[in-house]
Amino acid sequence: MADRAQTNGFSIIGKPLAMADAVSKVTGIGKYADDLSVPGMLIGKILHSPYPHARIRSIDTSRAEALNGVKAVATGQDAPNPYGILPIGHDERVFAVDKARYIGDNVAAVAATTAEIAEQALDLLRVDYERLPAWFDPEESMKAESDWIHEERAHNIEKEYHHVFGDPDQGFAQADFVAEERYYAGEVNHAAMEPHSTLAIWEPHERLTVHSSTQVPFYLHRTIAEVCEMPMSQIRVIKPLIGSGFGGKSEIIPLEIAACVLAKKSRKPVKITYTREEVFLAHRGRPITIVYLKVGITRAGKIAAVQARVVQDGGAYCGYGPVTVLYSGALLGAIYDIANVRYDGFRVLTNKPACGAMRGHGTVNVRFAFESILDQLSHQAGLDPLEVRRRNLLKAPCITANSLRVTSYGLPECIEKVFERSNWKGKKGKLPYGKGIGVACSHYVSGAANPIVRSNMPHTTVYIKIDRDSAVTVYTGASEIGQGSDTMQIQIAAEVLGVCTERIKLVGADTELTPVDLGSYSSRVTFMAGNACLNAAKDMRDQLFAAVAKKLGCSPSDLVAKNDRVSHVSDPAKSVSFDEAVAIALEFHGALVGRGTYAPPEAARGGKFRGAGVGPSPAYSYSAQVAEVTVDPETGHLHVDKVVAAHDCGKALNPLTVEGQIEGSVYMGFGQALQEDMIWKDGRLMNPSLLEYRIPGTKENPDIESIIVESVDPEGPFGAKEAGEGSLAATIPAIANAVYDAVGVRINSVPITPEKILEALRAKEKALATSKPPPEKSSAPGMAR
Amino acid sequence: MNKGIVHLRINGEEREIAIAPNRLLLDALREDLGLTGSKRGCDDSSCGCCAVLINGVPMLSCVALAASYENCDITTVEGLGGPSDLDPVQEGYAEMGGAQCGYCTPGFMIATKALLDRNPNPTMEEIREALSGNLCRCTGYMQIYESVKYALEKRRAISAAAASGVRAPVVR
Repeated sequence: MADRAQTNGFSIIGKPLAMADAVSKVTGIGKYADDLSVPGMLIGKILHSPYPHARIRSIDTSRAEALNGVKAVATGQDAPNPYGILPIGHDERVFAVDKARYIGDNVAAVAATTAEIAEQALDLLRVDYERLPAWFDPEESMKAESDWIHEERAHNIEKEYHHVFGDPDQGFAQADFVAEERYYAGEVNHAAMEPHSTLAIWEPHERLTVHSSTQVPFYLHRTIAEVCEMPMSQIRVIKPLIGSGFGGKSEIIPLEIAACVLAKKSRKPVKITYTREEVFLAHRGRPITIVYLKVGITRAGKIAAVQARVVQDGGAYCGYGPVTVLYSGALLGAIYDIANVRYDGFRVLTNKPACGAMRGHGTVNVRFAFESILDQLSHQAGLDPLEVRRRNLLKAPCITANSLRVTSYGLPECIEKVFERSNWKGKKGKLPYGKGIGVACSHYVSGAANPIVRSNMPHTTVYIKIDRDSAVTVYTGASEIGQGSDTMQIQIAAEVLGVCTERIKLVGADTELTPVDLGSYSSRVTFMAGNACLNAAKDMRDQLFAAVAKKLGCSPSDLVAKNDRVSHVSDPAKSVSFDEAVAIALEFHGALVGRGTYAPPEAARGGKFRGAGVGPSPAYSYSAQVAEVTVDPETGHLHVDKVVAAHDCGKALNPLTVEGQIEGSVYMGFGQALQEDMIWKDGRLMNPSLLEYRIPGTKENPDIESIIVESVDPEGPFGAKEAGEGSLAATIPAIANAVYDAVGVRINSVPITPEKILEALRAKEKALATSKPPPEKSSAPGMAR
Repeated sequence: MNKGIVHLRINGEEREIAIAPNRLLLDALREDLGLTGSKRGCDDSSCGCCAVLINGVPMLSCVALAASYENCDITTVEGLGGPSDLDPVQEGYAEMGGAQCGYCTPGFMIATKALLDRNPNPTMEEIREALSGNLCRCTGYMQIYESVKYALEKRRAISAAAASGVRAPVVR
């Protein structure tokens, strides 16, 4: 259940509206990529490497090609151009050219008239592999002296960054309490319910139309052109409905290029849909992360210094890796007022599927570490951990130690809301053994201020067209992936033009029909596409007002658009219907097109040091959460009874979808906290299915109370910031801290399994038996407030 | 494998298709009958995206052989209601945020319909139990529960109205 914000005089903004595409989803009418088919369509299947690291001596495709029904077989030689989401990381090829780098790496593909024939053809491919020594543990891999995964990446280190802000040594010297811990977070996968699917259609005039399950259709467009050696103008990428992404569709996934290569080679339409196992092998999830963290606080609870060494297991390819490890550093301390930070981040290659961006990109595992150690230090200092967070708040507007510009900061209100709603005062330190309560905070970017490919072009553009039918059509490149971005833009256009939402139609994410938007990642869409849509709608409204004002004999500034009318603000006689306004404007202007763009302001783009490009955002969201748990000390079983989550989204343009995002984030954090973990054995994923990689169902999921906090950002559209990612990171440490409150042990490794809890309880018992017993349950004596 | 003619009764319509005996019901629906509303989300019957009603019971069509269900009443998401005559369950998922990306939604609605048909007044525990065979990665389930409650109240309002002989009121 939720706490809904007020609408504050808006007609449409702030209302809990059903999503614009909801009816097409609940009737089964809406089409996802795998729902599409065209006459003569071939089915593509990919051959994956059975070895984690192997040179490919040769591939014999002759028997597969001879099979009746096989229309194309493609190997590395057919598309050798390297690609990757980052300009500094073009290390992938659609099919391995020299060697395979993980179990599941893409070696070849076939297109055939049926799926059965395609699978048979895969069995007929003969690959001669020469096995190579492989690297699976990131801390071992970075010591490698030979057999590097990419020859040009010495010691398998993809990238390392070393940042110092302020004077950490002096900060630690001034600290009264210092804690130093090692934290470990296992690898998790997005597990979006829709497995990836791509339909590539070879068209007349050597053109290619690609329908794909992507969060980044415009990057896909560019990459297909590079790999298939075709001009971008010959390629059209269309994003159909997407069965969610969470980052798993936010870079180029091998099947997308494979389908294009096969379509080009066969001159036919080719569809490839991943099995769930292939989704896990394509991966791009959150990496195994090892955090060595040292934090010092003063007796008064002020954070004096932070030092972190972060090692991330990136898998076999670069992907978003350098960005992930930079986010880990950039957002480590910037949530609080901390002057002294040292950060050493290492992105390491291993012979496993490539990691990438996943909800809360780069921030989640370091937040787990940081919020856990802050809890530990609070108890050491005899302070209430919630109060310690209150004592380290920023004062916005401000610039953080690492040059991030903070324009709005709802964290204080988030903390107070969860303090009240959870009855923190009544519960903290007062619950019986086995019951616990924990608090944690998190924050996230509302889009990256610096684009992946540096340029001075806008990050997003929106056109709005009105013609004689008086329908308003929004043309946006923004990718609706289930988060409600289409609805958000419809609401903005309707609010500005003063019309009902039913009048607005939206054409989204089609490289032929819509202008460019960089994609649905880094929680950028509400802020950036929202602002572009706002600008386009204002441009359109200005055109309508100019024409209507002339007709009515008043000034455009006298006019308002509301309730499907354009009216004089004080003279009710001067008023026309929206249809009349459109006719007047078409006679006056001839054509009606509103244009809007958005690019983050220069002041938001961050510092000048190496790696400073990642972290800066035009605005940051903030979250505070309190988790309540029950731990059975006999079995180690952990149950999360409730999570109260307050999120500062600036302004909830649509409270229904904002709450859905907060609750979905908490849910995903809960999954990582308790049960999700990719299990590896010699580079082989042992649980590549939803049966064994258990995402939480209705039986496990905790009760979630979402609270919207509105700090109204000065630059966000109607004050809005991100809502889709920031809440996730707080959930994990809130639960970990609640476990400590319940049974007095700290679990510094996620997922927090019953085995780990039992092991910690036994270790504690053993320590108690052999030494003087400390107080058996640490609850803070000096509770403030 | 040789194909045979199979007669299926889907969403109240008799359909005739030529399929191999090992054709899965999900593939028959999606590929032979063009009913793509039922989805495939996993390889091992763990996600519930493909659930359909067979004689009112929710079943996973990804592990059902199509030829085994002749003479059964099969209901897919397309049979719950169309855009102009949404079932209360569909209306609930649309209005209350139960459908975010929408991919798991057909399966959830099928499970919800089956629940409310056999138990018009489920407790929260019964709702969780009835939906425990379906996975959703978007919502955190809270708005799915709200959707179920909306459907439940709408159905109550409809039956109350039917009992008193007046048209069903709109819930919100």
